[in-house]
Amino acid sequence: MVNPLTVPSSPAAPGRPSEFDTTKARKQSTLILRRFFRHRLAVGSLIVFLLIVSFGFLGPLFWTISVDDTSSRGYLPPSADHPLGTIQTGKDMLAQLIRGTRLSVQIALVVAFGSTFVGVVLGALGGYLRGLTDTLIGRFTDLMLILPQIAVAAILVRGLDGSWYTVALILAAFGWMSVARITRGETLSLSEREFIEAARASGAGTRWVIFRHLIPNMIGSITVNATLAVATAVLAEAALSFIGLGVRSPDTSLGLIISENYSQITSRPWLFWGPFVVIVLLSLAVNFIGDGLRDAFDPRQTKVRA
Amino acid sequence: MFRYIIRRLLVSIPMLAIGSFLTFLMVSASGNPIAELRAKPGVNEATIRTLEDELGFNKPILIRYWDWIVDFVQGDWGRSIALGAARAEVFPEVSRALWVTARLVIGAEILAILLGVTVGVLAAVKQYSIFDYLATSTAFLMFSMPIFCVAVILKNYGIKFNNVLESLGMDRWLSTVSPAAGGFQGSFGEQVFKYTGTYLLPTLSLMLISFAAYSRFQRASMLETLHSDYVRTAKAKGISQRRVIFRHAFRNAMIPVTTLFSLNAAALLAGAIVTETVFGWKGMGALLVQSVRSFDTPMLMGWLMVTATLVVVFNLVADMMYGFLDPRIRLG
Amino acid sequence: MTYPTITDTVLAVENLSVTFPTDDGDVRAVRDVSYTLRPREVLGIVGESGSGKSVSSMAIMGLLPGNAKVTGSIRFRDRELVGQSYKQLQSVRNNGIAMIFQDPMTSLNPVFTIGWQLSEAYRAHHSVSKKAAWAKAVEALELVGIPQPDRRASQYPHEFSGGMRQRVVIAMAIINDPDVIIADEPTTALDVTVQAQILETLLRIRDETSAAIVMITHDLGVVAGMVDRVQVMYGGTVVESAPVDGLFEHPRMPYTVGLLGSLPNPATLGKRLTPIKGAPPSLINLPTGCAFSPRCPLAIDACRETEPPLAPADGRDHFTRCHRWQHLASLRRPQALFEHDEIGTVENPAALTAVDHDMPVAEDLAVVEERMSQEGPNS
Repeated sequence: MVNPLTVPSSPAAPGRPSEFDTTKARKQSTLILRRFFRHRLAVGSLIVFLLIVSFGFLGPLFWTISVDDTSSRGYLPPSADHPLGTIQTGKDMLAQLIRGTRLSVQIALVVAFGSTFVGVVLGALGGYLRGLTDTLIGRFTDLMLILPQIAVAAILVRGLDGSWYTVALILAAFGWMSVARITRGETLSLSEREFIEAARASGAGTRWVIFRHLIPNMIGSITVNATLAVATAVLAEAALSFIGLGVRSPDTSLGLIISENYSQITSRPWLFWGPFVVIVLLSLAVNFIGDGLRDAFDPRQTKVRA
Repeated sequence: MFRYIIRRLLVSIPMLAIGSFLTFLMVSASGNPIAELRAKPGVNEATIRTLEDELGFNKPILIRYWDWIVDFVQGDWGRSIALGAARAEVFPEVSRALWVTARLVIGAEILAILLGVTVGVLAAVKQYSIFDYLATSTAFLMFSMPIFCVAVILKNYGIKFNNVLESLGMDRWLSTVSPAAGGFQGSFGEQVFKYTGTYLLPTLSLMLISFAAYSRFQRASMLETLHSDYVRTAKAKGISQRRVIFRHAFRNAMIPVTTLFSLNAAALLAGAIVTETVFGWKGMGALLVQSVRSFDTPMLMGWLMVTATLVVVFNLVADMMYGFLDPRIRLG
Repeated sequence: MTYPTITDTVLAVENLSVTFPTDDGDVRAVRDVSYTLRPREVLGIVGESGSGKSVSSMAIMGLLPGNAKVTGSIRFRDRELVGQSYKQLQSVRNNGIAMIFQDPMTSLNPVFTIGWQLSEAYRAHHSVSKKAAWAKAVEALELVGIPQPDRRASQYPHEFSGGMRQRVVIAMAIINDPDVIIADEPTTALDVTVQAQILETLLRIRDETSAAIVMITHDLGVVAGMVDRVQVMYGGTVVESAPVDGLFEHPRMPYTVGLLGSLPNPATLGKRLTPIKGAPPSLINLPTGCAFSPRCPLAIDACRETEPPLAPADGRDHFTRCHRWQHLASLRRPQALFEHDEIGTVENPAALTAVDHDMPVAEDLAVVEERMSQEGPNS
């Protein structure tokens, strides 16, 4: 579902310290970090996120039952040997969950990074160069938006393979559009500012202006959007895998695990609630981090002029 | 404004055409449906051969696309790539599936907007109150839950609820399966009973997350307008607080929310697909899954073209609403 | 400091203080501000951003955020306004006291026509038909000098230019024939030529309706041409109060002297501009003693210890909040105080002579203001 946390209500905040002042910029990053760490919820979520990531990546070091070990009977209830029971084929659920978490996180990170990168570059190019480039990029964006992401991704994944990076790349290829739109809007308003004119007057080329002037000034919203994109990616991949058209074995993902086990919710609820808790905590944590980042970059204060 | 709509429609047509070409390439390139059919056990090779010829799979892809689009715009959407009785005609099949899904989506979205906007306005007006914190936390929670999880949980509790009803001697109310094809039979009361029972859980699943989105967005938008200069002017005019909130702030706060409406189209579709899977409804979701599995080109093309057109229309409607609400857009 | 009450006083502000509690401490935005207004009187309130000038007028209208603590007295005719609820203040707003805000581009609701917004302002206080209210709206537009008012009333704010929009805002303020008009920097966002027209419109309205006007501004040029009386605000309080001629000719507070010298006005024509060094004080951590003492070239220990009271300086109606106003009055060229690089803490004989330093000459007001606000609390 569309996450309105990704849709900003206003463009770049006015009143930022001078863009040319590099000493102020250094101070600004410490200021931003300090503001972020004042947000207890965001910091707590960061910890939760890191815990989940460790769970996925470092889990196998501690929980040594192999993912493919089918020595136990199927559908065992939770016990000391199998804290989350076993699935139908006798494989340990906890091991599956660890692996699923790791792959879901990997996919989400790739999707977020990829879509943000493509979206920012295209949006900045269009917003800065305007004219034909902007129209072409705009039309291309519109075209991509017409095709529903989930359907297109399903078709391509079916045609290629269900490995995690294929799914990730495909989702990224069809998920950059809203970032591009937002970036374009911000670039348009930033381009009105004099420091861009000044840069061009001193002979800066397009690539220089975009990468050294525009993007550093949008770094706040880019970071926030990228973070929130992780959350949407987790959910998008989960949905795709849930209907069976996403990640397939030998790979797995949180969505796939839920899809394979949700019918057991009444008789063996632990098989559902385990992955459910992980996926919800993951998205919640990322959403709160994104919210905290947004406040850190652009604290909203009620204005009272003296 | 009128010219704007016409212009948008005219631009959409070539866009849909290009889109259709790209999707055709994509669908055709993704796999060979004939091979899939061959792989099925007990299939007559000769039947497959005739099917192959009929569908012209030996021709180059551009020709196949051309054949398809020429037929398509004339209303012949072809038939599913299957054998015997499974060869449904694309157009009726897609229409049927669309109707099933539409009833779910429209109801859910209307509810989501009504409730979401109301909660958003209240949360903004009573900022930092308990209501606000509750609404905000609920929204955050909703965003972090995959729709299918919500659907699964609701289905689970629906069954449990039904069990309670049954143990009390009443009929099972909440249905967790698809609405019957022929509609609901019985007296008016019975029909209402069955209707709400069938639609409640899926609609709720689809609606909850959308509602959270609208409420958050409306709240943010409302807060911004409440702190705007023109609301300050309105207060300074000596009009009542109620009027300030509803006439001045709310009216302006609605404008950005329409952008959410247009962004929601794709998300709604994805949500509907997933919800249908959980509740076993035979709508667009089931059709998609089935067609993708068998590389059913004509069916997929029909499916994609319908959804693409709907997205275009959806966006146009949102734009018109935007223009209606904001005279700056209307008059330029 | 209490002003003598005069029977036809329309607005009497006495010891008004506004404090905002924040996480970092209490922001004392307005401290002990008093003034009275009689009909047809134009009072100018001058100060930089952070001086408290806007907050004090918002307090009069009751438009401050909910957490603001307002003490003191604001009497409109015989009615005490401090402590009244939103509902109670509704009858006064735009009816007895009207307010004009700074930015005409954002002050008007973009989704309603001008006529609709003006009618609403009228119908808020008079129960008449929509038609009658619309007629009144057109009449108000005419009063402020908008051509073709009947046609333009059906238009939206974005179809008006900045100057026209400000006229509309003025029309909205006068439609109920208020006794007091508070204009909060009404011309700051406008071009200089349009500025003059707006000010002329306001004066004309004053002539025709006998309303009193409070003109809040940082622009001494506006003040010189328009007001009867000036109150200079600094650090949240009034530091000098005098008839306009008296203020310009005999400023009795070093801040005023600095202000006169640092902004382009007819008095500084041809001379170098001399900005006041330093920054306005933080309203959370106000210095003990006089708020201006850190930047004052005449400050002595007494200044830093006790805040001076607003006391009469020579001349009728001339008040100053300065321990050293008599010394200031004795200087031949008080402007020279600010022309020295070093801010002297004791009397500096060199200040009496014209010292030639490498001071920048600003081309226009905007650049100087930029500088003054850049050396703000952020550093």
